[in-house]
Amino acid sequence: MSTTQAVTSATVARSLRGKRVDVVGYVFTAVLLFSLLFTLAILAVLVGDQLQRGVPVFLERGGDFLTSPLSSRPDRAGVIQGIVGTAMLGVMVALLAFPVGILTAVYLEEYAPANAVTRFIDVNIRNLAGVPSVVYGLLGLAAFVGFFSALGVGNGRNVLSGGLTLAVLILPLVIITSAEAIRAVPNTIREAGYGIGASRWQVVRRLVLPSAAPGILTGTVLALSRALGETAPLILAGAVLGSFSTAGGIDDLFAGPYTALPMIVFDWARKPQEEFRALTSAAILVLLAVTILANAVAIFLRNRYDRTW
Amino acid sequence: MTAAAPSGSRLRGTPARRRNEGAVKGVLVAVSGLSVLVSAGIVLSLIFEAIQFLGSIELPQLFADGWFPRRGMFSIPTVVGGSIMVTLIAMAVAAPIGLASAIYLAEYARPRTRKIVKPMLEILAGIPSVVLGFFALTIINPVVVRGLFPDAKASTLLAAGLGVGILIIPLVASVSEDAMRAVPQSLREASYGLGARRITTSLRVVLPAAVSGVVAALILAASRAVGETMIVALAAGATAGSLFTLDPLGPGQTLTGAMASLAAGSDNVTGDSSAFLSLFFLGFLLFVITLGLNLLGDVFVRRTRQRY
Repeated sequence: MSTTQAVTSATVARSLRGKRVDVVGYVFTAVLLFSLLFTLAILAVLVGDQLQRGVPVFLERGGDFLTSPLSSRPDRAGVIQGIVGTAMLGVMVALLAFPVGILTAVYLEEYAPANAVTRFIDVNIRNLAGVPSVVYGLLGLAAFVGFFSALGVGNGRNVLSGGLTLAVLILPLVIITSAEAIRAVPNTIREAGYGIGASRWQVVRRLVLPSAAPGILTGTVLALSRALGETAPLILAGAVLGSFSTAGGIDDLFAGPYTALPMIVFDWARKPQEEFRALTSAAILVLLAVTILANAVAIFLRNRYDRTW
Repeated sequence: MTAAAPSGSRLRGTPARRRNEGAVKGVLVAVSGLSVLVSAGIVLSLIFEAIQFLGSIELPQLFADGWFPRRGMFSIPTVVGGSIMVTLIAMAVAAPIGLASAIYLAEYARPRTRKIVKPMLEILAGIPSVVLGFFALTIINPVVVRGLFPDAKASTLLAAGLGVGILIIPLVASVSEDAMRAVPQSLREASYGLGARRITTSLRVVLPAAVSGVVAALILAASRAVGETMIVALAAGATAGSLFTLDPLGPGQTLTGAMASLAAGSDNVTGDSSAFLSLFFLGFLLFVITLGLNLLGDVFVRRTRQRY
């Protein structure tokens, strides 16, 4: 009796386990895992390659590389103009795109009536987010460079045109991510606000925006990081390729020629001399430090303040 | 979109409060109008200059033997053909790898693995494209392409395509992973309940259920690949111009690459010359192509949302 039972349960166990080893399943899992590891390996090789070539430049030149201006001589060339340009572009983008983007998101989510006009704006914004960045460069060239040169601000190819171009470029991204964060705030919070007599703007400003702040912040930081890494629109909107010098006055800073870190990377990457290869990698390290730092901040913010209602 | 505010004469508030609310709303409407203004600006600036370009050249110039804007040769087949080549190569890399990564992350990976891997994919997605361009120029072409095909040139469409492929892997992976995770758990449980293996569940149940999202991911990635500029500008080679070619092992020109090289040498290309105006014509073509792809992708995205 007991032996029969043991035999039966063993048979059942075997038939549940399956008769053969699931070879196809293992191979499939291995292929999937390989794909993922391959992607991560590319990231590692890419960063490792830049470190290997770029770090010696810092060891040799120290902070000098960061504080020297551009030069056609590899032993003297530095990225200070790129750092200044990228910082100025970043501040302009933050000042222009963030308020406009967040307020547009507030309008679309909290105020806009559900009609054809709203739907049109919504579709319009989502399509703008898919327009290639180089096309925004054309807009910058036609609209902003033209505008500033007509105003007589230098020849129009200045950091103001570049900043406006990048701000317009990431505006749709800021709107979309902010709108998502606002949409995630549950209606009960708004109803509580209205219930104690708050006006619509009071509800938005005191309740909705603070609740959505982590999501909005994450989205805007990611958008900023994207803007700082863009090259194509700046080429068209008149950032300088190659070295230049300015008198250093405050008006020169805004109206004179400018460049940015990704522009320097592009310029040096095209140079045939071997010395510039190392310098390119060093400049890439500076650029990656900026963009990866921004990305890491955004990811950290999201993980830290991620809330499910 | 929101709960209606209380109404009725007693709840309308003081005149000052209503004035305030009206002002806020006015500001918000004005600001939102900016996005429409930007789109209009893009379309108008492209169309006007593109028409001016078409007026300044003869039609046969658009079908010359190659793209040499300074010599009046504006061959559309050359640049569009190059863009198509780069996009096909990029998709051949990114579609299988991105999709496999997505299936692994959505169906196989433990939560802890996901928590580590996803941010790394996001970092890869956040790497500026000019950096990937340099990578394609210094590693992908000399090491990978010329390692496999010793007679490849110093810069090739293949290297550019592979670089763009790496750039869009995270996009394919994250959008299709989202689509697969949106498939309700009950479908998986039903499949396992019937005795299906994990591979069967992933490929025959989850993937078909998420197919709209996956197709949307591929279309959006293709649109991104067509519009990618810096990788092509650095790795595809043809700075001055290019004859018509579809050879992936040689240099070639794309829509975006042609724009970048025109603008990068912009000191002598300004004003109303045909070469300068051709920038806007290329931009217009690019805009139309990517807009078409994005609208198509949107259709699929919306279909996913409606399903469950």
